[in-house]
Amino acid sequence: MLRTFPKGGIHPPENKLTSGRPIRRLPLPKEVYVPVSQHIGIPAEIVVDRKDKVQRGQVIAKSGGFVSSNIHAPVSGTVTKLDKIIDTRGYKKQCIVIRTDPRDPSNLEEANYPLIDEITTEPSEILERISQSGIVGLGGATFPSHVKLHLREGQHLDCLIINGVECEPYLTADHRLMLEKGPEILVGIRILMHALGVPRAIIGIENNKRDAIAIFGELTRGNPDIRVAALQVKYPQGGEKQLVRALLNREVPKNGLPLDVGVVVHNVGTIFAIYQAVQHNRPLTERVVTVTGKRLANPSNFWVRIGTPVADLIAAAGGLPEGTRKIVSGGPMMGKALKSTDVPVTKGTSGILIIPEDEASRGEPAACIRCGECVSVCPMGLEPHLLMNLTEKSMFKRAAAEDILTCIECGSCSYVCPSHRPLLDYIRFGKSITKQLEPKNPAP
Amino acid sequence: MTDSILNSVLLLAGLGTLAALILYLVSKRFYVFDDPMIGRVEELLPAANCAGCGSPGCRAFAEKLVKSEDISDLFCPVGGNEVMKLVAEALGKEVVEKDPTVAVVRCQGSCEVRPKTTVYQGPRTCAISALIYSGETDCQYGCLGDGDCVAACKFDAMYMDEATGLPVVITDKCTSCGMCVEACPRDIIEMRPKKKRDLKIYVGCLNEEKGGIAKRACSVACIGCSKCLDVCPKEAIVIENNLAYIDPAYCTLCRKCVPVCPTHSIIETNFPPRKEKNPVADTLAGDQGVKSGSDA
Amino acid sequence: MSDAPIIVSASPHVHSDRTSRKLMYDVVIALVPAFLVSVYVFGIPALITTVTAVAACLIFEYLIQKYLMKVPVTIADGSALITGILLAFNLPAGIPLWMIAVGGLVAIGIAKLSFGGLGYNVFNPAMAGRVFLLVSFPVQMTLWPTALENNTSLVDAITGATPLGMIKEGVQYGQSMSEISASLPSALEMFLGVTGGSLGEMSALALLLGGAYLIIRRVISWHIPVTVLATIAVMTAIFWWLDPEHYANPLIHILSGGAILGAFYMATDLVTSPVTKKGMVVFAVGIGALTVVIRLFGAYPEGISFAILIMNAFVPLINTYFKPRRFGSRIKAKML
Repeated sequence: MLRTFPKGGIHPPENKLTSGRPIRRLPLPKEVYVPVSQHIGIPAEIVVDRKDKVQRGQVIAKSGGFVSSNIHAPVSGTVTKLDKIIDTRGYKKQCIVIRTDPRDPSNLEEANYPLIDEITTEPSEILERISQSGIVGLGGATFPSHVKLHLREGQHLDCLIINGVECEPYLTADHRLMLEKGPEILVGIRILMHALGVPRAIIGIENNKRDAIAIFGELTRGNPDIRVAALQVKYPQGGEKQLVRALLNREVPKNGLPLDVGVVVHNVGTIFAIYQAVQHNRPLTERVVTVTGKRLANPSNFWVRIGTPVADLIAAAGGLPEGTRKIVSGGPMMGKALKSTDVPVTKGTSGILIIPEDEASRGEPAACIRCGECVSVCPMGLEPHLLMNLTEKSMFKRAAAEDILTCIECGSCSYVCPSHRPLLDYIRFGKSITKQLEPKNPAP
Repeated sequence: MTDSILNSVLLLAGLGTLAALILYLVSKRFYVFDDPMIGRVEELLPAANCAGCGSPGCRAFAEKLVKSEDISDLFCPVGGNEVMKLVAEALGKEVVEKDPTVAVVRCQGSCEVRPKTTVYQGPRTCAISALIYSGETDCQYGCLGDGDCVAACKFDAMYMDEATGLPVVITDKCTSCGMCVEACPRDIIEMRPKKKRDLKIYVGCLNEEKGGIAKRACSVACIGCSKCLDVCPKEAIVIENNLAYIDPAYCTLCRKCVPVCPTHSIIETNFPPRKEKNPVADTLAGDQGVKSGSDA
Repeated sequence: MSDAPIIVSASPHVHSDRTSRKLMYDVVIALVPAFLVSVYVFGIPALITTVTAVAACLIFEYLIQKYLMKVPVTIADGSALITGILLAFNLPAGIPLWMIAVGGLVAIGIAKLSFGGLGYNVFNPAMAGRVFLLVSFPVQMTLWPTALENNTSLVDAITGATPLGMIKEGVQYGQSMSEISASLPSALEMFLGVTGGSLGEMSALALLLGGAYLIIRRVISWHIPVTVLATIAVMTAIFWWLDPEHYANPLIHILSGGAILGAFYMATDLVTSPVTKKGMVVFAVGIGALTVVIRLFGAYPEGISFAILIMNAFVPLINTYFKPRRFGSRIKAKML
């Protein structure tokens, strides 16, 4: 019996169309649109001006506080504008537009950096480098990584968990990265263990990625402090709390963090970024993005510079197919439907999913028949049908008492509802109001 | 037979007495003094319980009126100056007279002038759709058209116009309680003074984009060209973030700004039709008469 | 793309292929074996009763929604169809047709639509219809045509008692259990379904078949039916053990009457049962216990329909007190 979290969860069709496709490098974009708010927390402050020449990796927007992150030039070129560009929700946000200089050698060099195995950097220096390199949680949450690594007085870590679960259907970015950059990721894990002084690490990978499990099994042989754990395929296992529960049988307390049970969780993409930052001193300027969809001519995994318009990615994957009705940034369970393909790739973009006509529309919602299916699939032990009703009737205090704020917005309830009720839509709204009702200090 | 009748009579009588005793003791023990004045003030209030005053209902507002020393900053928008005067008399306190206001919808982005570029699927309430994305059109400032304001109005003073997809205020019914202002996630609805004969001039747009972008999203968007600013004799117009705003405190309703607006984004209501000399403005004034429906 | 603009909606962007309608039609499929048995046992009258009940439910739902409530008509969602079939299953074959129509009106009009329609009803509509008929027309409702003897004509209906009715009557006349059981059908007969009783109560085998289908298709969970039957079995076993001459054995109680029909199809009605597994167990224990109490000590020989209706009223309370355990509420950080 494979490990998994015990309560709730679903198993939607996996549709991992691109798991066999090696990561290709996307052609250099002509122009990049780099939003200054690509992470959770305070937006970064712009430190360049129009007509400035920038080098790839140069800081163009400085971290605006502790829970914030630096932003680096993803390409070498000239800043043409400080403009606004729509974000994934369609609202215009501040961004820096850089025109790529195609002749600049730093744009062209995509040499294979040789693996540097030996860790020579001091722990404090490692943390500083992670903080400077603009690394955020690349699994999609985009929480600044250095904040997670900053231990407060009395906090104690005994296990580092590497999230290679990738439970979202369709997405294969982490899977491919694990296959292609295994040794680098392993060094990244050792860097973090060294920096945090953690004695052991576990790499959690779902069992639909047997090749990745095999690779890491091979790499960690004879290395008792780093272990690979195969997990049963179940969504939302990539959620931090679910993953910690599945791997260590520890339950993160309500409103708590994995740190409260002595664990810190990082995505494999983040680990690779940390490896590059520490061993090669290269800040985060690109990431792996899966561009996928059933009708897409050439679904692929790409190395993409931050700020590349989504339209470029779709073009490289064979262009927008006839009858496309929905374009999603991220996976089908938690991704955001885009209003236009002008949206740039940000640090949190894990995939672009093209949904054809016949699958794009939502079902017509009908009355709740109280089948309790949403209750049984909720991984957080909530009652989504009740929370939706309370929100609909503006009973936000009651909703708060029913723990609406612990919802992780995985969407399992909306996925299973036989009456097609927009459960998560209401719960998300209820959360936004409830948060305003009782302002709590967000634990860093 | 008689025994059982007697028994039941005695039992019931006993139970009744016991219950009466408990009720009596409880009412003594938990007696709350209630200022009779609160009741009297409450009777003066319109009993709309709309919460437009900021208190949760008329009773709570009456309590506030009775308990506060200075009631000059308290105002019942539904009852208006008349009711407040009566309340002041009853309480022997001072009130400040306020200009009556009315809600106006500052968006003219009907389906015709502001094309929809995407389709939204999900709960049709503005609060939720605003959370999910910037709306079906390319304007992220304009009306979402899901009618949260209409649902919030307790006086049936608003309705959704099927043709334009925009809410319309029925001026006569509007009590300016402000619930629609609160309900709108885009702050499109504004309370503006109901000057004489309900004459109003205001900018029907909130788009802060640069002119070209705003115009592409919506043909009646304010492009911040400042032509209105130039003709205004009273400096009642301010332009900030590519958007004009007419301050009702300074506006003298001279109507000079209306015809110069190249995108027809300035709205005038309840004015008599213009003289023939400016046909463009004339049709515009006519349009507005239709748009604000109730004003006729 | 220009002619059909892209759709924007909140996540998730995929949906499982389960729909309410599919769930409803799965229930209908599950009822087919029991229906076939009833037609085999009672003949044409069973067919007529079922068709009438279904027609009455559909017609009343249509008329009330269209002309009285003025809401979209939802007769296609399958719920009224199920109510009709279940109502028929709870009636004796050969009951006057107008009574069936009255039952349908009560089920759909009063128990379902007056509460707001599917999803809002507190009581199981079919049960409410049956109980209404039972208390209004006790004679006709307990006129059980004897199985297999008159399945050709309505006119010469020979009537007999149900096993539970025989026991109740026998006990009242002071007969001992061993005397009564001589006239009872055998357990095998009851299991296969050739005894007197309501249409759908006949064959435990057919009902279990359908029930298994529902559980395999995950329309219902096993919690309610298993717990109801277990409770009935345990309670009747205790009484039987205390005084076997006065109380029937648990096997008779499980196989006779509406125990299996009620446990698998009525108590599990999604709308009127609790949402959590814990709540379901509590709900089912209540049904089982009340059923036994009514059967052994009440005026009626059979009590599961009353038990279900009574427990239906407790569902909101059960839902309030038996909540799923919230993730992370177990312990304060288990530190090392």
